[in-house]
Amino acid sequence: MKKLTLLFVLLAVLLVFTGTVMAQDKPYIAIVSKGFQHQFWQAVRQGAKQAAEDYDVEITYEGPESETQVANQIDMLQTAVDKNPDALVFAALDTQAALPLIEEVDSKGIPIIAFDSGIDSDIPVTTAATDNYVASSYAADKMAELIGYQGKVAAIVQDQTSLTGRKRRDGFLDRIKNSYPEIEIVDVQYGGGDHLKSTDLAKSIIESNPDLDGFFGANEGSAVGIVNAIMELGRDDIATIGFDSGSILLDAIRNGIIDGAITQNPVGIGYRAVEAAVKAIKGEELPEMIDTGFYYYNKRNMDSEILQPLLYK
Amino acid sequence: MDANIKEKKQLISADSKQKVLAFSSLIMMIIVFSIASPHFATFSNFIGILISTAVTGLLAIGVTFIIITSGIDLSIGTVMTFGSVMTGVFITFMGLPIWLGILGGILASTVAGIVNGSLTAKLKIPPFIATLGMMMVAEGLNLVISGTKPIYFMHTPAFRKIAMGKFFNIPHAVFIFLGAAIVAGIILDKTVFGKYTYAIGSNEEAVRLSGVNVDRWKIAIYAFGGFFYGIAGVIMASRLNSAQPALGPGYELEAIAAVVIGGTSLSGGKGTILGTIIGAFIMSVLTNGLRILSIPQEWQTVITGAIVIIAVYTDILRRKKTA
Repeated sequence: MKKLTLLFVLLAVLLVFTGTVMAQDKPYIAIVSKGFQHQFWQAVRQGAKQAAEDYDVEITYEGPESETQVANQIDMLQTAVDKNPDALVFAALDTQAALPLIEEVDSKGIPIIAFDSGIDSDIPVTTAATDNYVASSYAADKMAELIGYQGKVAAIVQDQTSLTGRKRRDGFLDRIKNSYPEIEIVDVQYGGGDHLKSTDLAKSIIESNPDLDGFFGANEGSAVGIVNAIMELGRDDIATIGFDSGSILLDAIRNGIIDGAITQNPVGIGYRAVEAAVKAIKGEELPEMIDTGFYYYNKRNMDSEILQPLLYK
Repeated sequence: MDANIKEKKQLISADSKQKVLAFSSLIMMIIVFSIASPHFATFSNFIGILISTAVTGLLAIGVTFIIITSGIDLSIGTVMTFGSVMTGVFITFMGLPIWLGILGGILASTVAGIVNGSLTAKLKIPPFIATLGMMMVAEGLNLVISGTKPIYFMHTPAFRKIAMGKFFNIPHAVFIFLGAAIVAGIILDKTVFGKYTYAIGSNEEAVRLSGVNVDRWKIAIYAFGGFFYGIAGVIMASRLNSAQPALGPGYELEAIAAVVIGGTSLSGGKGTILGTIIGAFIMSVLTNGLRILSIPQEWQTVITGAIVIIAVYTDILRRKKTA
């Protein structure tokens, strides 16, 4: 009992100490993300920390262990709200579940900044996320360059229902149609981001178009499908560009099976979100969307200092 | 005779000592956090703590009975979610009245409990394995039944009121939790059901030899646990305004930790509902307080784990002293 009391007293002293250290007059921005352990979310955190240093603000960064833990995220959000932050930076796992709390925050006049896939509501003052349309257009430019501005290309996309899926598809297709008249789009198929389904689709596209020159996979699963198809059919002469990362995709690029891929910039997402929060606290005007940028990576640059932290396995 | 009374007295005082110790730890934690942060001791934060304790608390109450019989239940979290998902199916998919949907959801979890009990009592499968199987079966069924997507209660706004409607500014979930705790406490302390729960945990063979149908009681106790997980599932769904099929794994450990911190022995025969409630509050106050203090998340986990070990160790020390 004595030992326990002593332990608690020690803990108390420690906590009061950290409490006073933390209680500075800097503006406080609470960040609640959709994940924590995953490298993508740690990269977002790194960007947020950098922005906090640059703008001299206090931040906390929390997220549930997995993207299924909706209730944990709501608890984290509730606690963040109780700390009375000057701004809230939030990426909802489920907007419906979080809506009452978001509305409460909004009614207190605390600005809310959405990031990544954001919040499906018009309450947030802005959303810091990848502009998938622009990123995919760049993939089209790279593709044209790889196949010599003429030939036949196809694409595997995750779905035609999600906003991300549509933007990545349209960014690629529109750019090819509008800027490269010598390139023909022979097929676009949807594999739900599923490795196996995407593999079957990619194989049938290659079988029916043996003279295919280029292939675009609009997310990790779609790109992995193309990688599998190319390996099974022995067709690594087809120029291929993927999207996102993951160990299979990284290996395929390293081994020259596919040419390169686009990656989002999670560090940029964290940085821009906190930057936007600082501006919102000051009452500055913000655009509805903040493009957090993207990178094209291939065998040559994937180990560089800038890209390493962005590529998750 | 004298020795018997003495032993009994010691047992009682030991039990109450543990409760006092657990309770004073809880109070001390609250005081420490209140001093450390001005955001801790606020009405809104206390309500936050109460709501987040409601779900784990209900789960912990249910499994307390099972642990006292020296059983265990690993299917707590996913059976809770089974209750949420079935409530969603009844209300949103089938359009049944809210009360009927809730009843159906709770019943679904209770049935899962009956299956757990039957596997353990009738087929003699060790409860660790039987409920591990149920944990996975329920996890899979939740995804199958819901089509792997959350089921929303968009067209029945009244459903959200079940947990989040307010009475004197306090959400209903808190009253449901405290009400259930009192009822469970009475059942464990004052009824035959409670008496057999303790007896089976202390010496199952003796109870069997005295002519009691142990199997039937065991099935009832696991069903009772499932019933409480069902209530927790309904509250969870109401709070999130949706049945989230992938939720569940992880909750079993939180609930079991609360029970053990509350002084219920994993070897059976001992334990109280009050202890479990205190245990559940220790866990949630700790999680909340560390968040309020903005302790980095990775350290929050380390500290929580350490506290669980310390709490159980002090319990062992106390047992040694009284033995």
